[in-house]
Amino acid sequence: MIYEGKKKIWADYQKEIPEDHYFYVRSCIRQSFFPASEATFLDITRNKLGKDIFETKHHTTCGGIAYHSDAIPQETSMTIIARQFALMKKYGYENYVCSCITSFGLYCETLETWREYPELQQKIADNLWKSCRLEFAKPKFLVHASDLIFKYRMQIAAKSKFKLVNQKTGEPLRVVEHIGCHYSKMFPSKGVGGAEYPYVLVGMIEAWGGQIIDYPERRHCCGFGFRQYLIKGNRGYSVSNTHKKFESMEPYKPDMIITNCPGCPYFLDRWQYVIAETQGKTYGENGHGIPVFTYEEVAGLVMGYDPWDLGLQTHQVSVEPLLDKMGIPYDPAKKYLGRNGKDLGQPGKPHCLK
Amino acid sequence: MIDFGFSVSPSSRINLDSVDRESFAALAKLEPDVLKCMACGSCSASCTASQFEPTSVRRAILSLQNGQVEQALDLLKGCMMCGKCTMVCPRGINTRHLIISIQKIYGK
Repeated sequence: MIYEGKKKIWADYQKEIPEDHYFYVRSCIRQSFFPASEATFLDITRNKLGKDIFETKHHTTCGGIAYHSDAIPQETSMTIIARQFALMKKYGYENYVCSCITSFGLYCETLETWREYPELQQKIADNLWKSCRLEFAKPKFLVHASDLIFKYRMQIAAKSKFKLVNQKTGEPLRVVEHIGCHYSKMFPSKGVGGAEYPYVLVGMIEAWGGQIIDYPERRHCCGFGFRQYLIKGNRGYSVSNTHKKFESMEPYKPDMIITNCPGCPYFLDRWQYVIAETQGKTYGENGHGIPVFTYEEVAGLVMGYDPWDLGLQTHQVSVEPLLDKMGIPYDPAKKYLGRNGKDLGQPGKPHCLK
Repeated sequence: MIDFGFSVSPSSRINLDSVDRESFAALAKLEPDVLKCMACGSCSASCTASQFEPTSVRRAILSLQNGQVEQALDLLKGCMMCGKCTMVCPRGINTRHLIISIQKIYGK
């Protein structure tokens, strides 16, 4: 093997990620699916690592959910996005970081469309001025929040209190990484590692001590697919995709799954309940499922955040077996307590899934 | 069990590690031309029998490679041995002879 040649080829798969000074936009669905992930991202980057990540309450959804569900046309979502970019410029930033993979894909699609059709870009700029009186701008660098955690992975590892290691056996945890389709499958050059070798989550897992699992359906979609899930009659397509992935990864006995998309962790987590209740099958140890995490939750765990402050009690699949493996302390009595000790109430127990 | 109003569909995934591939190797030894097929579909397009029931040499070869023997034999049972597919094959495969060889190895 010619090492220099390999290095040169791999360089083509890299992405330039600035170190600091970002305008941050949240996801519309992540705050209800995984309520502490975005707050954890901001706390880690701002308070633990001292980065300048700016957020304004004036930003909105990117319109991606409606666009991919065929509820609004592309020009509408483009104008919404132009407003987001204009806010970035208004507050004096050039680097744009978004929390959502769907948003990231749609931002890439929008920027590419504007590059190909300058007259359309001008039309959107005019729409923006007419509707909001804001000046049109484009970001110098567009990154996803997982790109930033990837960039800071060694700094996080240096501050870590726990590793992705089974404390009882000393073996690295067996981790499945799942990349959102809109991260690099649409625009390979916009993702770390491209569409063929996405490295963004693998880099985190390696830095934090885990072992990657390579299984046949590794790059298969989780099945969210917007219209597949949003219309009840189509949900069989969605759950069948997840089922295919779990059947494929099961022989490799994964300890956990890490994802970087809003939909993937939700569906990989919740569909395990549906599969258990309809097929009677569970994929973890002793009737448990395989816990699914966002990358912020995993970063928070390795940095020693309290699991209940990370919102892990909102997961369908119980996370306690994994916390025990990692040696992370937790108080079961506080699992369903909110701020100031307020009782949040306990969910009903599934029949098959522990 | 709960009825959610939707359910898991049977998977179309084929696990090549768990299917019988020795029979296809035996077929390839007896009829090496089977490996020349590029799945162009000329055989299927010219097939007289396929007008009346599902018959396709192209799909049968693919099914045999995937270990779906029943499916492959179903696709060949309408064959009348007319030999039109042999005449049109751009790779020069003697498909008529190939069908007989498939029956020899896989036929019951």
